[in-house]
Amino acid sequence: MIGLSAYLVLAALVFSIGLFGVLTRRNAVGILLGIELMLNAVNINLVAFARFNGDLTGLIFTLFTISITVAEVAVGLAIVIAIFRVRRTVEADRLDLLRG
Amino acid sequence: MTLDVGLPLLVLALPFVAFLLLAIVGPLRRTGRGAGLVSIAAIAISFGAALAVWAREFVAERTWGWIPADGGPIATVGVLVDPLSNAMLVLVTLVSLLVQIYSLAYLADERPGPLGRYYTYQSLFVFSMLGLVLAPGFLQMFVFWELVGLCSYLLIGFWYERPAAARAAVKAFWITKLGDVGFIVGIVLLWSATGTFEFTELFEQAQENALAVPGLATIMFLIYLGAVGKSAQFPLHVWLPDAMEGPTPVSALIHAATMVTAGVYMVTRTEPLFALVPEVLTLIAWVGAFTALLAATMACVEGDIKRVLAYSTVSQLGYMMAAAGAGASPAGFLHLLTHGLFKALLFLAAGAVIHAVGTNDIFRMGGLFRAMPQTGIVFVVGTLALAGVPPLAGFFSKEAVLGGVWEAHLTGPFLMLALTALLTAFYMFRVVFVAFFGRAHAGGHPHEAPWLMRGPLWLLAILTLLVGIRFALGGGETHAEAPGWLPPLSVGLAAVGFVLAWAMYQRRAIDPVRIAVALTPFDYLARRRYGLDGLYAGLYRGIILGFSRLIGWIDRYVVDGILNALTALTLRAGDGLRHIQSGRAQDYVYGVAFGVLFLFVWAQLWRR
Repeated sequence: MIGLSAYLVLAALVFSIGLFGVLTRRNAVGILLGIELMLNAVNINLVAFARFNGDLTGLIFTLFTISITVAEVAVGLAIVIAIFRVRRTVEADRLDLLRG
Repeated sequence: MTLDVGLPLLVLALPFVAFLLLAIVGPLRRTGRGAGLVSIAAIAISFGAALAVWAREFVAERTWGWIPADGGPIATVGVLVDPLSNAMLVLVTLVSLLVQIYSLAYLADERPGPLGRYYTYQSLFVFSMLGLVLAPGFLQMFVFWELVGLCSYLLIGFWYERPAAARAAVKAFWITKLGDVGFIVGIVLLWSATGTFEFTELFEQAQENALAVPGLATIMFLIYLGAVGKSAQFPLHVWLPDAMEGPTPVSALIHAATMVTAGVYMVTRTEPLFALVPEVLTLIAWVGAFTALLAATMACVEGDIKRVLAYSTVSQLGYMMAAAGAGASPAGFLHLLTHGLFKALLFLAAGAVIHAVGTNDIFRMGGLFRAMPQTGIVFVVGTLALAGVPPLAGFFSKEAVLGGVWEAHLTGPFLMLALTALLTAFYMFRVVFVAFFGRAHAGGHPHEAPWLMRGPLWLLAILTLLVGIRFALGGGETHAEAPGWLPPLSVGLAAVGFVLAWAMYQRRAIDPVRIAVALTPFDYLARRRYGLDGLYAGLYRGIILGFSRLIGWIDRYVVDGILNALTALTLRAGDGLRHIQSGRAQDYVYGVAFGVLFLFVWAQLWRR
């Protein structure tokens, strides 16, 4: 029997990898992928707690999160494509129009 | 205290109603002559009421609480009617009435707008002066004191387009304010020592010897300072000659008969208080006599007819103050009343002359007696009264003053006043001989003034005569205390002055230039007004302008400098801090990630 902490460690690892990706990727699509990883780490947490606490609320929440994530990826990719059309690049470092 | 004060209140209220009417109803004011008629009607009824008050010898006091406090009102307003204020009421309303009628003709060439403004100010002035006269306490007196000062400022600067008039108005205002500062400080000190502003209460305390306040002499000296400014005593007399820039009727009313006598009136009114401080009284007498002499010498070299009269006013005010200082305030007050009559007469006559000739310079007049005999006659009447020739009004009051000063054993002031009497006759007859007799210099054809101007002149001349005859017949008790040699002496002095002026300016037996050369130092000093005007101008430039410059420097470099430094700092800080905002989304995520990390760590440490 694998304990709760193993799932939580897995989730933390996936979250950290995702955060690392978000912070370090130059490519906007890569950043989106990192965000996906972070969200799925949250899903793992929710499912693990639902399983170990015997409470179905976490599972239902996970379903919501998955569907919203799909929508988010759709919108995010659309924005990236729109940016590419205008700026001819999706490199995050050069998207700094708001620089002070 | 159910004594009827309705009539005195009516005297006070009517000019105020006229003022409000003219001030608020613009179309009425802009009719000019219509405004004048309103003002004259109000003052005429007011004069009638004042006469009634005077004839009945009203004595009443009525006060209303003004500044409420726990232990009764701190200050009151009201009216105090006694023989002193009765006489003043009649004088003020009479001269105001005549001056306002006279002004209708004198200022006939003014446009309606300014004329209406003139009468608005006139009404306000009469109200303020009456309020001052009727004041039952120091505080009300001070309020009206300032109001007459304001009216004086407004009327001197009536022709404010003329720079000289505007300057003279400001000068008059500031110089009198110098004295008023002392006045208000004195009033407040007296109040803090005695707890009351009321004259009657103060007099009662004075009688019961309950006024042994430490520093009373200082307090009374400060109060006297107000009179120094208002009544143009040395060294604050410099504003009065310049005040002649205003219209001549204004000079007759404000700067001869009424406002400038406010100081004398105040000292007379509060005589029981001044009587407690003999050293201040002596000072008042000396300053008064010195002022009289100083102004008389300046009048002797002046060529401007109005300025001669102005210096003469300063000189006569010195007489009144000297009498008050000698403890003979009734004599001073008598001189105030008679002087009010004949000096108003002289000013109005001078106004008629100026109106006809178009110049103030007596040396460009000459031979006017033939052209305008009526004005000439009344001017000579006024001159005789001022010179102190019996049986005109001036003789008796001047003699009473001299007698009072002699009685007080003030030999120095007495000698100065006697010399002044001689000079007075001299400079007045100098004007008469140069302007009215001798060869005609004036271009054009001077003609007699219209009736509206001659009427008041004749009335004042007749009154001057009648008052004098009244004294000659019924007097005797007023100057019984004077030594027997005094009347011949004062007549003799006047005669010497007359003969001197006659010999120098009519017969030309003595050349005035040779006299001037013989007395070069005096001539030089008097022509330069003893350097006092220059001194004040220098002080003004040195102190006020220097101070202003210092303040300007502080404002420009210290106050503005701090602000400039603050804005520069803000700009610099903003410039530096804006680099934090890189515009890259990932940098913000770094911030959020490390922020959350920090919060976790901090929460862990804090929990322990």
